[in-house]
Amino acid sequence: MLAYIIRRVFQSIIVLLVVGLVAFSMFTFVGDPIDNMLGQERTQADIDRLRTQLGLDRPFIVQYWKFLENAVQGNFGISYRQGRPVSAIIAERAPATLELALVSGLFAMILGIGLGVFTAIRKNGIASNLIMTLSLVGVSLPTFLIGILLIYVFSVELDLLPSFGRGETVMIGNWSTGFLTKSGLTALILPAITLGLYQMTLIMRLVRSEMLEVLRQDYIRFARARGLRERAVNFRHALKNTLVPVITVTGLQLGSIIAFAIITETVFQWPGVGLLFINAIQFVDIPVMAAYLMLISVMFVAINLVVDLLYFAIDPRLRIDGRHA
Amino acid sequence: MTEPILSVRDLVVEIPTRHGILRPVDQVNYEIAPGEILGVVGESGAGKSMTGNAVIGLLDRPAKISSGEIYLKGQRIDQLPITQMRKLRGKEIGMVFQDPLTSLNPLLRIGEQLTETISAHLDVSNREAEERAILALEEVGIPAARDRIDSYPHEFSGGMRQRVVIALALCAEPSLIIADEPTTALDVSVQAQIIALLKRLCREKGTGVMLVTHDMGVIAEAADRVAVMYAGRLAELGPVREVLGAPRHPYTEGLMGSTPLASQGKERLHQIPGAMPRLGSLPDGCAFHPRCPYTQDRCQAGDTPRLKTCDGRAACWFPVNTAQQGVA
Repeated sequence: MLAYIIRRVFQSIIVLLVVGLVAFSMFTFVGDPIDNMLGQERTQADIDRLRTQLGLDRPFIVQYWKFLENAVQGNFGISYRQGRPVSAIIAERAPATLELALVSGLFAMILGIGLGVFTAIRKNGIASNLIMTLSLVGVSLPTFLIGILLIYVFSVELDLLPSFGRGETVMIGNWSTGFLTKSGLTALILPAITLGLYQMTLIMRLVRSEMLEVLRQDYIRFARARGLRERAVNFRHALKNTLVPVITVTGLQLGSIIAFAIITETVFQWPGVGLLFINAIQFVDIPVMAAYLMLISVMFVAINLVVDLLYFAIDPRLRIDGRHA
Repeated sequence: MTEPILSVRDLVVEIPTRHGILRPVDQVNYEIAPGEILGVVGESGAGKSMTGNAVIGLLDRPAKISSGEIYLKGQRIDQLPITQMRKLRGKEIGMVFQDPLTSLNPLLRIGEQLTETISAHLDVSNREAEERAILALEEVGIPAARDRIDSYPHEFSGGMRQRVVIALALCAEPSLIIADEPTTALDVSVQAQIIALLKRLCREKGTGVMLVTHDMGVIAEAADRVAVMYAGRLAELGPVREVLGAPRHPYTEGLMGSTPLASQGKERLHQIPGAMPRLGSLPDGCAFHPRCPYTQDRCQAGDTPRLKTCDGRAACWFPVNTAQQGVA
């Protein structure tokens, strides 16, 4: 088990090194940063001085190492546009994105699993057929369209929920939270649904098909033949067995909720990391882009690791294999 | 004779399909007395398992009981509402499936699976349920049951798992066990142990057993009486010694002839020509007549022979091995 974890962490580090290389090469290939930093009235001396000062005259490998060294310490340089440390900017924006991702992740997971189980048990019911048909809409409509539709219905026509921003936030230490104010919570609803709807329908359809598969298994028949209650058969026996593949996909989906919050944040002008990234792209603010890339990849790698460890918690058969691996 | 534990009368199971109604079980009659093992044999698709599933009320839709009656200890059970039927399952009728590797939930400890079954049927505390679970495991011959109760199914061998499955079927002390090919997935030496275990439990507790199998050896070893099924119909029903010793239905005779014996190793094994007809295209008259070496005009047209309308033992107009013909 421990050997397995160590091996997985080692693999994760390699993945991060590769992503770091990609992030770093942006600096080299997307134009010369010196051009951006010095104005029109530059002299060759200025350029050379800044190049030496920034270490850009040193070999590629050394620069890469320096970049990694800084990145590990949370130092991603200075934003070209805002002139402030990237790490500070991201720390300021991260709570908004994380809170949004948390709420929409929970929404996707709870409703997705619940509806998936429901539609699997009532396989031929009218309600489940209706849900399945509607879920096609959720899978096929693009996120920005869902967001705009929701804004139109709930903000413009019904005037129930705010259409942009986070509402009022409260600072707890360095963390700005929207959970504690009424306007903060109402502002969360539409973006959270927009962001989570696709994942919700995806999880639901996955849970349903896995569950239908498991319900055909002998041990489900046997559980019925032992006179267990339907509820025990469905939830204790069937649902647990559907979870392993569901966790894999759900984990990755939660990762993409954070990573692809970009669109939702743009539609709702949500002051999170995604919006920051979009703005950074517009201004070719490479340090911010690189930092964002690194951050997302760390998150994906971490989620993957957690998912792999969850398998062990759920399926006892893996614990034995784990010892040999 | 004491009241039978299970009594099945004129049971018909039908499956409606696009091409008409199939009858995987067609007018089947039999009884099982307390402490008796009834063997049910036949080829794949003869309706053996379907009969067992019908008794315990676990037919997969769209299959359904269309006529006939099932009585458990005198009480009619084929029309019970689902909730009451559920209470009978496990409590009065235990079921053992073919494959012990897939019958147990891989994610739950065997102790959990046992205690949940016990708690579902008996009004006992958790502590008591666990004690009973340990007893049930000991009863089916699992050594160190107290230590093994926290093991997962994958930590047991195939034979041990089938013992656990039997313990699960027995833990609420049902009066009838339906064992659907309980030994098919096991190797021969383990088969013998499981059969011996079933026989012992049946004798000690007076449980009736319906032993579904396609293995004549298992029948000879375990059953008191045997029912031979063909194309959803009973072909022959009688005490195992008589049926196996002097089969009256040509199909039973064919089955016996196809059973390999160690003593006659060199001869080419006899086989019944042809294959069992598909349920959708059963021939008129006796379903076996296209494959029967003794077939006559009456077999090919007109009424289907039934146990009742024939001699009560074989559903055949011209039974073989009867006293009149002399034993062949």
